[in-house]
Amino acid sequence: MAQIFHRSTNTISRVSIYGAVILIAILGYAVNVVNQTSYVTEVHNARPQPVPFSHKHHVGELGLDCRYCHSSVEDSSSAGMPATQTCMVCHSQIWTSAAILEPVRASYRDSTPIAWTRVNALPDFVYFNHSIHVAKGVGCTTCHGPVAEMNITWREQSLYMRWCLECHNSPEKYLRPKSEVFNAFYKPPADQEALGNRLMSEYKVRKLTDCTTCHR
Amino acid sequence: MDIDRKNAGQPDVDISALRKASSGGDTPRFWRGLDELADTPEFRNHKENEFPHGANDPDAKLDRRDLLKVMAASAAFAGLSGCTKLPTQKIVPYVRQPEEIIPGKPLFYATAVTLGGVATGVLVESHMARPTKIEGNPDHPGSLGATDAFSQASVLGLYDPDRSQAEIHDGRIGSWAEFQDELSTALGAEKGNSGSGVRLLTPTITSPTLGDQINTFLKAYPSVKWVQYESVTRDNIREGTKLAFGEYVNTVYRVDQADVIVTLDSDFLTSGPGCLRYAREFARKRRVEGPDSKMNRLYAFESTPTNTGAMADHRLRMPASFVDDFAHHLARELGLVVGDVIFTPPPTREQFAWIQALARDLERHLGASLVVPGDQQPPTVHAIAYAINAALRNFGKTIYFTEPIEVSPVNQWDSIGQLAADIRAGGVTTLLIMGSNPVYDAPADLGFKEILPKVPFSVRLGLYEDETSALCHWHIPQAHELESWGDARGYDGTATVIQPLIAPLYGGKSEVDFLAVLNGQASKPSHDFIHDYWQAQRPNVDRFDAFWEKTLRDGVVADSAFPPKQVSLKADAAMQVTPYTVRGLEIVFRPDHTVWDGRFANNGWLQELPKPLTMLTWDSVAMLSPKTAERLGIKSEDAIELKYHGRTIVAPAWVTPGHADESVTVFLGYGRTRSGRVGTGTGFDAGWIRPLATPWIGGGLEVRKTGARWALATTQTQSTMEGREPIRIATLDVYQKNPKFAQADADENPLSLYPAVKYEGNQWGMAIDLNACTGCGGCVVACQAENNIAVVGKKEVMIGRHMHWIRIDRYYEGGVDDPGAYHEPVLCMHCENAPCEVVCPVVATVHSSEGLNEMIYNRCVGTRYCSNNCPYKVRRFNFYLYSDWDTPSLFGMRNPNVSVRSRGVMEKCSYCVQRINAVKIEAEEQDRPIRDGEIVTACQQSCPSEAIMFGNINDPNSRVSKLKANNRNYKLLEELNTRPRTTYLAKLRNPNPEIEKTPAV
Repeated sequence: MAQIFHRSTNTISRVSIYGAVILIAILGYAVNVVNQTSYVTEVHNARPQPVPFSHKHHVGELGLDCRYCHSSVEDSSSAGMPATQTCMVCHSQIWTSAAILEPVRASYRDSTPIAWTRVNALPDFVYFNHSIHVAKGVGCTTCHGPVAEMNITWREQSLYMRWCLECHNSPEKYLRPKSEVFNAFYKPPADQEALGNRLMSEYKVRKLTDCTTCHR
Repeated sequence: MDIDRKNAGQPDVDISALRKASSGGDTPRFWRGLDELADTPEFRNHKENEFPHGANDPDAKLDRRDLLKVMAASAAFAGLSGCTKLPTQKIVPYVRQPEEIIPGKPLFYATAVTLGGVATGVLVESHMARPTKIEGNPDHPGSLGATDAFSQASVLGLYDPDRSQAEIHDGRIGSWAEFQDELSTALGAEKGNSGSGVRLLTPTITSPTLGDQINTFLKAYPSVKWVQYESVTRDNIREGTKLAFGEYVNTVYRVDQADVIVTLDSDFLTSGPGCLRYAREFARKRRVEGPDSKMNRLYAFESTPTNTGAMADHRLRMPASFVDDFAHHLARELGLVVGDVIFTPPPTREQFAWIQALARDLERHLGASLVVPGDQQPPTVHAIAYAINAALRNFGKTIYFTEPIEVSPVNQWDSIGQLAADIRAGGVTTLLIMGSNPVYDAPADLGFKEILPKVPFSVRLGLYEDETSALCHWHIPQAHELESWGDARGYDGTATVIQPLIAPLYGGKSEVDFLAVLNGQASKPSHDFIHDYWQAQRPNVDRFDAFWEKTLRDGVVADSAFPPKQVSLKADAAMQVTPYTVRGLEIVFRPDHTVWDGRFANNGWLQELPKPLTMLTWDSVAMLSPKTAERLGIKSEDAIELKYHGRTIVAPAWVTPGHADESVTVFLGYGRTRSGRVGTGTGFDAGWIRPLATPWIGGGLEVRKTGARWALATTQTQSTMEGREPIRIATLDVYQKNPKFAQADADENPLSLYPAVKYEGNQWGMAIDLNACTGCGGCVVACQAENNIAVVGKKEVMIGRHMHWIRIDRYYEGGVDDPGAYHEPVLCMHCENAPCEVVCPVVATVHSSEGLNEMIYNRCVGTRYCSNNCPYKVRRFNFYLYSDWDTPSLFGMRNPNVSVRSRGVMEKCSYCVQRINAVKIEAEEQDRPIRDGEIVTACQQSCPSEAIMFGNINDPNSRVSKLKANNRNYKLLEELNTRPRTTYLAKLRNPNPEIEKTPAV
């Protein structure tokens, strides 16, 4: 009786078995790579907005304080987004007829809110609190990046959990003096470790890695 | 009707064999149900298999091929779940930022919720103008910071998607303007005869403003008749005061002044106006800190088992219709009754000795005793109770009287009877129904269903388009209490201004709006009516604006509580009797513990809250005692036919240990036919056999077995702890001789394979005082509201899948006929050596640096090993997508600080970690330690009797540490060495040594 399988079956089966393993590994790696790309993380993607608001102009050039618009950052989990009224404090005086500001004026006129596109978003099972980070010496730009250089705002960090844990495991690498928290041009000193360690004990910063610190 | 003919959940139990076994001492000391006592195969199955039907739907059929397909598909999709991308979201800020609102920070507003017209002051948590949680208002005398299950659940009532959402005119959608036109035409036609054909039907009104508006209306139309009606009427209480004092007065108790309390079939600790305060005062008199502490003593005459009866040190079981005569026996022992006015069979020798001992105990406590008559007992019982209280010199000390809190106290059953007669006679041309639902809940023999369509013009203001609305010409959607302006009085007359938390979700109109239309003031905002009324009441206040703001802020109108009123007791108060006319089997009607008179029927939280003594959900039952059941050959879950006053209804039987013999209790509030998708079709309508003549207690009930079975969902034998003596009880006497009785088997230095963890800073823990817990269930619903806990429905509850993070176990002790009943709240113990943590393959449940046992939903893959390994049975698994992810109106209700769980994850009590974190962040920002009592868990907050205490057990001065240092403190299932952080303080009873001999220690 003739052989049921041709000799080449040996090769084919070996190739397909090892090939399948390798394929799965490649796929896994590819998924991981794709998950790091800005297509998924949105990092450095400037998001189109209903009004092309420029942080570069308002913060970098005019020097507005972050808290002028994000007023609840020191009090609440949410940093707060400015009401149209806040824009109109200045823009009822200057650039009153600029075309690009028409949505702002329309919003104020018709009492319809402006729907901004969220740039920094966390999943719903993560409970982040701005006020405690600010109170412990985590600067705005540490997470939000060089806001003063952003014409249209982008996300600076992936906001993945591993990124959060980098700081929660070693906060000394990122802390700055409380007086510098809202400084959009802050550059960490060369001896950041020494400063960070000093600030950690001064501000009673603990390495919080309990799951319920963020998930509940 | 949902009668399952083939397979009811509860097994048949041979009661006489049980009785023999328990008298021979062959049964466990504590037991949870008759089936546990009998150790039936079904009960063993429940005990051994936490989820008797595994993960499968009991009805689902899956063959091997399909199973493989599903497995392959889920393996493939499991990989894909990691490839999600967050959807683009929008941020929509305000146009003009309102003052005070900070996104992410809740605000609390003081208002009130009412039941039967009586206000309980609450603080409502509001996130970005969405009310999400009710908490008690510490400044309100009727709340003192606590809440009951009804007020906790009112948030769900507000967001209920089944509430009516439009004006309905003869079955078509109408409009408010059109309604106003029609109404003014109808009223205009009545102007000539000053409104003699007009009737206004309302529930009990305590609101001063509504009263004022109604009086304005009655002035304009002097012949209009105002009818007040509630099916859970307080007529007997009102008539009782009239019998005793010749006038209607409001009775207020001062439980904190009473050392000996007697209830005459009353559930004053968990039901009725002021019950939250009474429970707190009662529990404070039972705080035993050491062997020298004193306790009050509670005696209960009782028919239907209640929470108050379960708390009693002595309970005398009797049919409800005997209570009148037993009260007379007591009065005679106290020398109040001369001559013979007794109708029932005389008490037995033991009962007589009991009454005599009670009388002596009362006489030893003149001015410090209290007799509380039951709400459903006839007026004569109330009169006797007042006479006894007067004779014991309790007036002004443990009991006082005020003006009635109702605007117009009337006999409601007489008025509704008159209304029905008027309609039948054709004398009613316009019927304005504000809130009431007479078609469902008026006495059945009045036949509202038949006569209501005869009224030429009928209007109904109601939260739901229900049985009554369906038969009215106009239905107007009512605004919820959390959506409207109003005011109401509390149990002692204290007025609260009810303020809206949110604009009406469904365009509802408040009662104030409705009456404004009657008075032709439709354009005046409802706020102004309340404001102007109180301004007129407070002419001497300097700056009324400041007064008004303070009133809104505090949740009480200053100095509005009624002062005590002098009453004069009629000489023959104790001689009044209700002749005993009960022949044959007695029937007792009671409001339901969770749906009340049916108004909460569409509230899933309340439907699924296990009723305190039966642990039943989603159904009402006909309760009867084991002895009566045996005589009639009835078993639990038999569908039985009840025939009373010529009407019959089919009900499921429930054999209830401790129920009076020869008596059947049925509960109102079920059997709704138009209440919404949750409530319609649950239970049976006991109101159908409730005649005008005997609203509460009657005789001559006929019971017949139908042969069918009616499956019920009870949690009483679920989540059992294998009879390891989870509850510890002793008498005060035993405790004084052996203060460490609860810690007899405590191991000071338990061994462990795991190294001990040292906690720096905070370490959380909880202590639950079983001496205080009344088992009311407020904590269960509070937890549900705080933690976004889903409702699962009757079918799922039957197979052990209810989701409550805190449950209240009920244990019986003693024989089947009249056992003691004890409540024990059980929640996650946050064990130091947590058995759940070591078996989780994906590390989804771990220990925190502050001792919490954390449950991480987004890591959980649903193996359920943790639950299997939990000896306390406190973990809950989402077998299906129980949380409603689709109904938009429910999104607003959820606590934004707690994840809404999805299918396939485990969940359990987190010690309200979101509250811990919020306080921690605040304290850290202010650079100070967390103060004791600053973190309050939701269960602790709602508890009227302060049974639950939470705090830092690393701080020896915290209140929880002090409780844990009490020698009554014990750990549940300590022998397992799980080292739970939740511990219990053993329950103590304080029996009268003349009645109960203390066993030797």
